[in-house]
Amino acid sequence: MKVNNIEQFEKVAVAARKALENQEKRVFVCCGTGCVAAGSFGIYEELKRLVAEKGLLVDVVLEAEEKGIGIKKSGCQGLCQLGPLVRVEPFDYQYFRVDKQDCVEIIEKTLLQNQPVERLMYQSGSRVCHTPVEIPFYSEQTRLVLGQCGQIDCENIMEYIAKGGYTAAGKALLQMTPEQICDEISKSNLRGRGGGGYPAGRKWSQVLAQNSEVKYVVCNGDEGDPGAFMDGSVMDGNPHSVLEGMIIAGYACKASEGYIYVRAEYPLSVARLQLAVEQAREIGLLGENILGSGFSFDIKINKGAGAFVCGESSALTQSIEGERGMPRVKPPRTVEQGLWGKPTMLNNVETFANVPHIILKGAQWYRSIGPENSPGTKAFAITGNVNNTGLIEVPMGTLLKEVIFDIGGGINDGKKFKAVQIGGPSGGCLTETHMELPLDFDSLKKVGAMIGSGGLVVMDEDTCMVEVARFFMNFTQKESCGKCVPCREGTKRMLEILEGIVAGKGSLEDLDMLEELADTISSTALCGLGKTAPSPVISTLKYFRDEYLAHVVQKKCPTRNCKSLSSFVINEALCKGCSKCAKACPATAITGKVKEAFVINNRKCIKCGACVEACPFSAVEEV
Amino acid sequence: MLDKSKYPEVDGILAGYAYNRSALIAMLQEIQSAYNYLPEEVLEHISTEIDIPLSKIFSVATFYENFSLEPKGKYIIKICDGTACHVKKSIPILDTIKKELGLNSSKHTTDDFLFTLETVSCLGACGLAPVILVNGKVYAKMTPESALAVIKEIKENESK
Repeated sequence: MKVNNIEQFEKVAVAARKALENQEKRVFVCCGTGCVAAGSFGIYEELKRLVAEKGLLVDVVLEAEEKGIGIKKSGCQGLCQLGPLVRVEPFDYQYFRVDKQDCVEIIEKTLLQNQPVERLMYQSGSRVCHTPVEIPFYSEQTRLVLGQCGQIDCENIMEYIAKGGYTAAGKALLQMTPEQICDEISKSNLRGRGGGGYPAGRKWSQVLAQNSEVKYVVCNGDEGDPGAFMDGSVMDGNPHSVLEGMIIAGYACKASEGYIYVRAEYPLSVARLQLAVEQAREIGLLGENILGSGFSFDIKINKGAGAFVCGESSALTQSIEGERGMPRVKPPRTVEQGLWGKPTMLNNVETFANVPHIILKGAQWYRSIGPENSPGTKAFAITGNVNNTGLIEVPMGTLLKEVIFDIGGGINDGKKFKAVQIGGPSGGCLTETHMELPLDFDSLKKVGAMIGSGGLVVMDEDTCMVEVARFFMNFTQKESCGKCVPCREGTKRMLEILEGIVAGKGSLEDLDMLEELADTISSTALCGLGKTAPSPVISTLKYFRDEYLAHVVQKKCPTRNCKSLSSFVINEALCKGCSKCAKACPATAITGKVKEAFVINNRKCIKCGACVEACPFSAVEEV
Repeated sequence: MLDKSKYPEVDGILAGYAYNRSALIAMLQEIQSAYNYLPEEVLEHISTEIDIPLSKIFSVATFYENFSLEPKGKYIIKICDGTACHVKKSIPILDTIKKELGLNSSKHTTDDFLFTLETVSCLGACGLAPVILVNGKVYAKMTPESALAVIKEIKENESK
C-alpha cells in the first residue's frame, strides 16, 4: 500500500508496531558478511523450516492478527569472531558459534520453554553471559548508528517503521524548512565520517545556497580501506537508515535525485539497498510528493568496479558518470560542481545514518555524546591480532586502551601489543605510548594519524613494521590513478625503496630519501588520497625508526618476518646427522657427514625454510 | 559484426540500460558476469551501438580492477590481502595455492581454464581473517593446508 500523507503513514506505523508485538518471540540470525561466510543462511533456513513445521511462524505483515514466532535475518551483530550469531528476543539471549544442529535445541528450549541454551552463550571466566549487556565487548559500547543493526529484520521496511523509522523524515519534510534542517545539522556539529571530518552542516548549507535547478545527493559507500567494514555493515544491516538520511538531505538542499555508490566487493549491501529502495518506493517514501509534502526524491544505486581512488569525491562522481574514476583539481568543489557538473552533497554512509537521530532528538542531545569538537559516536571495525574481532561503536573520544583492551579483549595468543593502524592506507599507526589517546578527529590528527573511515587493525609484537609500511605502499601504489606525477611516480619510488629495505638491500640514505619523497608527495599530490599515501611510512619511521635501522644497518629483521634478512643455522647440540635437511635442500647448501653435525652454507642458502620442516629434531634454527 | 550466436545476451544488456552512455560501467559489469571477461568483439559492438569510441571503452575497462580483458577460469579464487588478512598471514596461503596450481605473478589462470587466482584488497570479512573467496563463496579463517583442501575438493568434483 502507498501512503500519501502523514496520517496514512502513522496508521501504517501503528499497524506495523502491532504486527511486531504479535511476534511474541523473535529470532535474529546474523546475516552480516562475516556470519554469512560462517554459514548463517543455512541456520536461518533451518530455523524457519523447523518453526514452520510446528506452525508457529509469523511474518511482519500488517493484517496478521495471530500471535507467533518471527525468524529474521539481521545485520551485523558485532562479534564476528564468534559467528554465526543468533539473538532471541524478548529475552535478549545472545548465542554464539551456532551450528545447524543447534537449531532444534534453540527451538525446544528457548522458543517453547523460555529457557536459555547456556552452552551456546558467552563465558566470561566461570560466568555465563545470557545477554549482550553482560559481555564486556558490548557493555562498553554506545550503539547509535549500529543500534538497530542486528536487532531488526534488515530486509523488511515494516520493522524499520515499527521501530520508529522514517518518523525523522516525516518531521523534516512536514515541520521543518530546508534552512532549519541545515541549521540543526550545523548546530549538532556532525562531522563527516568518511575520514576528513568536514562539518556536515556547513557542507549542506553550501549546497542549499547554490543557485541551481538540479542538485544531487550522493552517498559514498565505496569503503575501499582494507580492514574496514563499518559502512558495509550499516548498508546491509540497516539500509533504511541510510535512505532516510538521504531523503532528509535531499529535502534540506533541494535535490530530487540521490545516488548510492557501493563498492562491488559488497554484494550483500548492493542487494539489500536495492530491496530497501524498492520497498520505500512501494510505500511512497521515495518518489513523487513524499508524505504529501510536495517534495519528490528518488535514489539510484551504482556499483563500483574496484578502484580505491573512487572513494575520493570527484573520482566517485566521475565513476557514476561512467568515466574513469580520476580526481580533478579543486576548486570548483563538489558542492559547487559535482555530479554532472551540478551542485552535489556528498557524504559518507555513516554520516547519513546519523541524520535521522539528530533530526528526531535534536542537536543539543547529539552534542551531549562525545567531546565538544567531535560529537557523536564512531563505528570502528576492530581486526587483526586481537581477541574480539568485529564491529563496534563507541562515543568519540573513547580512549584507545578502552577500545583495544576492554572491548577488543586484548591481544590474542598471549602476545604483546605493538601497534594499531588506524585510518587504513591513509592513516598512521599508534603505539603503546598512545594508550591514553582519545579517539576523535582532532586528537588523532595531532599525532599524525587520522580516523579515516574507522578501520583499526591491531598488530602484535611479531609484526614487522617496515613490512607493514611496504604493504600499505604497495596498496596505494597499485591504486594510484596515475593522473598526477607525485603520486604516480613518487609512490612507485617509495615502494622500490621499501622493497629494497625488506630484501636486505637498504642503506641509511634510503631512510632520508623516504622522508624526502613523503614530504614532497604529501604537499604536492592532486587529491587527498595521494596526499595521505605516505602517512603509514611517515608514522612508522617516526615510531619504529629502530626497526628500520635494524633492517638497513644490521641487516636484521627483529621480528624475523623479512625472510631475506634471516639466516638458518644448524644447532650442533641437537643435530644427529641424519642428512634429511641436506636431501630437502633445493640449493644443495647443506653439507656434512652422516652422524655428525651438518652445516648450512649461507652463501648458497636461498632461505626457503625446507630444512626447518625436514628436520625431525628441530635442530635448524632461524636467526 | 558481432557473432550474436556466441554472445546472445549482449543486446539485451545494452537495451536494459536504454543504450545510455553513462551506464557504461554497469553494462560492462553485466557483460563480465555473463562471460567472465570482456571479449574484444563485444567491446567493439558496444562502441558502435552506444556511439562512444572504442578507446574510451578500453580506458574504462582497464582502469577498474574488476574488469578483465582475458578469459578467466571456471573457478575464480580470490585471496583477500587486505590489512587484517595480511597481518593474519594471507601471503603463505597465496604462495601455497600458486605453487599447487602452477601459477605465478604473470600467469593467473591455469591452462585448463579451471582456476583463476586473484588477490583482492578487502572483502569486508576482516573479523574472520584470513579469508578466501571461491566463486563468491567465502571460506573463513584459512591456513595453507585448509586452502589446499578446498582446491583438492573442487578438483575431485570436477573429475567425477
